[in-house]
Amino acid sequence: MRREGMRPFGGPGGRIGPRFHFEKVEIKDPWGTLRKLFVYLKKFKWGFIFVFTLTFISSILGIVGPYLIGRGIDTYIIPKKFDGFLNFLLILGGVYLLSSFIGWLQGYVMLKTTQKLVFVMRRDFFNKIHSLSIKFFDLRPYGDIISRITNDIDNISMVLSNSVIQFFSSITTLIGIIIMMIRISIPMTVVSLVTIPLTIWLTNFISNRTRNYFYANQTLLGKLNGLIEEDISGIKVIKIFNREEKEIKRFENLNEELTQVGVRAQIFSGSIGPLMNLLNNLSFAIITGFGGYFAFKKFISIGDITVFINYSRQFTRPINELANQYNMIQSAIASAERVFEVLEEEEEKESTDIVEIKDIRGEVEFKNVWFSYVKGNPVIKNVSFNVKEGEVVALVGPTGAGKTTIASLVARFYDVDEGQILIDGIDIRKIRRKDLRSFLGIVLQDTLLFSTSIKENIRYGRLDATDEEVIEAAKLAHAHDFIINLPQGYDTVLSEDGGGLSQGQRQLIAIARAILANPKILILDEATSNVDTMTEKYIQNAMLNLMKGRTSFVIAHRLSTVRNADMILVVYNGEIIERGTHEQLIIKKGFYYNLYMSQFAEEVEVKD
Amino acid sequence: MKKLIRYLKPYTLFAILAPLFMLIEVICDLYQPTLLAHIVDNGILKNNFQLILHTGLVMLAVAFIGVIGGVSCTVFSSLASQYFGRDLRNELFKKVQQFSFSNIDKFHTSSLITRLTNDINQLQTLVMMSLRIMVRAPLLFVGGIIMAIYLNKNLSIIFLFSIPILASIFLFIMKKSFPLFSEVQKRIDYVNNVVRENLVGIRVVRAFRREDYEKERFKYANTMLMNAVIKAIMLMIIAMPLFMLVMNLSILVVLWFGGLLVNQGNMKVGEVMAYINYMGQIMFSLMMIGNILMFVSRASVSAERVLEVLEEKIDIQNKENADKTPIRGGKVKFEHVYFSYFNKEESVLKDINFEVNSGEIIGIIGTTGSGKSTLVNLIPRLYDVTSGRILIDGRDIRDIDLKILRDAISMVPQDTILFSGTIKENICWGKEDATYEEIIESAKIAQAHEFIIRLPQGYDTVIGERGVTLSGGQKQRIAIARALIKKPKILILDDATSALDFATEQKIIHGLRGIIKNCTTFIVAQRVSTMMNADKIIVLDKGKIVGFGSHAELLKNNDFYREIYKSQIDEEVMKYA
Repeated sequence: MRREGMRPFGGPGGRIGPRFHFEKVEIKDPWGTLRKLFVYLKKFKWGFIFVFTLTFISSILGIVGPYLIGRGIDTYIIPKKFDGFLNFLLILGGVYLLSSFIGWLQGYVMLKTTQKLVFVMRRDFFNKIHSLSIKFFDLRPYGDIISRITNDIDNISMVLSNSVIQFFSSITTLIGIIIMMIRISIPMTVVSLVTIPLTIWLTNFISNRTRNYFYANQTLLGKLNGLIEEDISGIKVIKIFNREEKEIKRFENLNEELTQVGVRAQIFSGSIGPLMNLLNNLSFAIITGFGGYFAFKKFISIGDITVFINYSRQFTRPINELANQYNMIQSAIASAERVFEVLEEEEEKESTDIVEIKDIRGEVEFKNVWFSYVKGNPVIKNVSFNVKEGEVVALVGPTGAGKTTIASLVARFYDVDEGQILIDGIDIRKIRRKDLRSFLGIVLQDTLLFSTSIKENIRYGRLDATDEEVIEAAKLAHAHDFIINLPQGYDTVLSEDGGGLSQGQRQLIAIARAILANPKILILDEATSNVDTMTEKYIQNAMLNLMKGRTSFVIAHRLSTVRNADMILVVYNGEIIERGTHEQLIIKKGFYYNLYMSQFAEEVEVKD
Repeated sequence: MKKLIRYLKPYTLFAILAPLFMLIEVICDLYQPTLLAHIVDNGILKNNFQLILHTGLVMLAVAFIGVIGGVSCTVFSSLASQYFGRDLRNELFKKVQQFSFSNIDKFHTSSLITRLTNDINQLQTLVMMSLRIMVRAPLLFVGGIIMAIYLNKNLSIIFLFSIPILASIFLFIMKKSFPLFSEVQKRIDYVNNVVRENLVGIRVVRAFRREDYEKERFKYANTMLMNAVIKAIMLMIIAMPLFMLVMNLSILVVLWFGGLLVNQGNMKVGEVMAYINYMGQIMFSLMMIGNILMFVSRASVSAERVLEVLEEKIDIQNKENADKTPIRGGKVKFEHVYFSYFNKEESVLKDINFEVNSGEIIGIIGTTGSGKSTLVNLIPRLYDVTSGRILIDGRDIRDIDLKILRDAISMVPQDTILFSGTIKENICWGKEDATYEEIIESAKIAQAHEFIIRLPQGYDTVIGERGVTLSGGQKQRIAIARALIKKPKILILDDATSALDFATEQKIIHGLRGIIKNCTTFIVAQRVSTMMNADKIIVLDKGKIVGFGSHAELLKNNDFYREIYKSQIDEEVMKYA
């Protein structure tokens, strides 16, 4: 079973492809992952110890029951003396009741423990998302990350809750039986353990394969999740371009890969049971062979041999279970690997010499700043400028020039490669990101709203804002009018990705959200690009009010929006090629002049 | 659940073979004790070494056959269940691809993802478990009961009590657990949703320092999920010990009455012991059946969720006998078109009437939320009109085959959506078999060529999901190139140049005219300057057309348009002009 496709009977579906191929993925460090998983388990050690104790007790009770039945038959039924038989039955009933109770308790504690573990793991994973740099998410499909926090962690929990008890009880039973066997005959015990190395080898052989298949399975499931997520989010474009069939094909291919890997994982892991059975029977044959020989040589009594053989029969169940559970644990390791991969990702670090700041004036300075998303391909080249407290800076330039990047750098979504950004003379890398952002209000190019009510979306700017303040902000952003016209008004729940509202309306809500935050530094990145100019004009006044006393960065293509700025920076290809006020730049008759005139030239003609 | 069984149908052979092979394994397993007894009784006890060897070999041979049975069962059950899951997943995805926006809104993206992965996995596991245990457990169960009745009819009356009790416990738990598991799946959806929103909106979360708030929100979702799981599984956990107790108490009763029967001389001691052994076997098989049944209740929730999607009525579909004649012209006519997103809501578009000719450029301008995007979304049938009709070349678009209709229309939506893959692949969405020259040509018109070739990998640059590594304007230009390469009859630019500077926008529009003859072009934009090239301009306000005509006409006799115009043109321009 290499990478060629398997093709049992050609298949009635006719789609069991012979030319099947999938990427080979391997877990890098299974034992390391197991160790890490163990560290998690250790946090709940009391739960597990308790379960283990209960398992031990229930194993004993499992033996006590049949033993008592035997005793009952010997003392009451065979001699036909029924004095005290009822009492005896009550005792037995008590044992059963206790056994069931302990079985329940065991399951209960295990459920609570594993669920708590899963809870903590999910929590850690989610919290981790927010301590990773934004770069981490730039090239990773969301669907895959979602799959890790749901499917993978789910898988871990399932394996744990199914396997751990089994694992414990198998070990207990195994130890018990070995002790009994040793008490009967040491040489026979040695003989019966002869196949153990073979068992271990076989289990290992299979597990090494299943582990990687499980891993491939989870990886592909993640990929599939990514594809589904992408295709549902982008369904509009798929429809417009009639791409449904293509996307279905893409899905089917990935699904086929998942299926083939899944089949292999299932076959390998499912074969462990029957194969172990074979080994057990082999071991059994060896035992009877040697037993017969020993008995023949009178090394051992015939009665002992009979008992011994019975024990060795019982021996097989826990061995089978252990092999099975060991294999299931591989599947948990495969999932854990994917979870830890993210959990161990390097976090965004804060500088060691943090400067504590309570308030800022809002002076921003770029000093020879260089930045690149991809190494060797700088998008910001040696940018320097200085903005005084309360000034409005407009960033102007062709698309892709680096305007948004400059704004992102102020917010420390990314850190500069070279040079410095200073706020009030302090390098922003010495300010905690959260502290820094507490002074910022940002309206982003892609308007992102959450699937809660409009009210809550605006309140996102400042959580302790009253309803009145929310409405006030909405009024300033000129969103109030359309909001109250919605059937549910401010309580209208937005669908995922803020659908249902027009792009322009969403931008207005985002502006209201930023207004509510009441920041020292304001960043407006194409904040009104989808808003009509009349509405924009209305907001403009509010915006001007808003900008008063705040340092503001404005990115816009409508030059009418930027004209009133204290300073205009013309960004071209990652560099600042012109700077100055509107008047200065117009007189200069450079890039800005051309840009400005081209936009209005025709209008002027018409007006004349 | 029954409705989903048909997805197993192509694999009937596997589904039959799996239990048959399991039967072989079970038979071999059952045969082993007989052989064992034979070895002990006739071999060891009689010191017959030859017989020990001989029977030992037979045992091994039987074991070997058993392994073949077991492994084959595994192979066929794995194949059947995995292929079943594969087909179901494909079917579900196909269905989702046909969904209209209102269909998707109804389910939510995150829930659809869960249904396509998690829920189908549950069903897949159920199929596999059933095929593996289907034979074993009932066989052991029925066999055990028959043997018990055969041994002693009177004692077996106990089953008349214990089995109904067990059955009612089963039924009770199944019934109770269904809503609980349904809740579990819903909460998985919710966890999914919170994570997804946090990933999509990570910049917003960071910008507003809402990490702690989001962590709290996730904690809530996470706690809700945990509680739901605990509540649902708690039922299952009670079930097993309860079954055991019922069976064990039955054993007590057997002991009591068995003892009496032995006392009366109506039963032998050995028979009582054997009877108890059979009860053990019955108990064991019951536990296996119980285990599966527990799984059934969880899987039936998943089955329902999957079926819900499969049976969802798609509201935008091809008519039967839809017209497959290609669209030649690009004449578009709106006749009394009304539209509202939700039935009860006030109409977003009211009584829209206009007609444009092939090859014209139509500007659409209006206030935020006045219905501009909605209007253009109706043309490729992303939504269907609530009343009235839209005609292309005199044909109602609802009569035209959807594929034909959309083939003739190209659109650059407001929110630029790109897909993971290279820039080239993204542009090729418009035309799969596009040549390199065509790609470059449309990229040039979209003013994208220059920045693309400046990227280290040029057209082969891989852009992340949604093209996060590109600027907004760059994404828009790629989306425009993607729309242009299609050479459509009708082109819709839905505020698609908002992130472009004026000069770039103008270059694109001029380039457009040159390359596509007779292409009706709808341009939704905010800038009057963009409109000035248009043959006709539609002025929208609150869902109604308040002006229709050329720039000059409108400027002359439309107050609303003039107002918009004034809001943009500014005095100072005069000064420098």
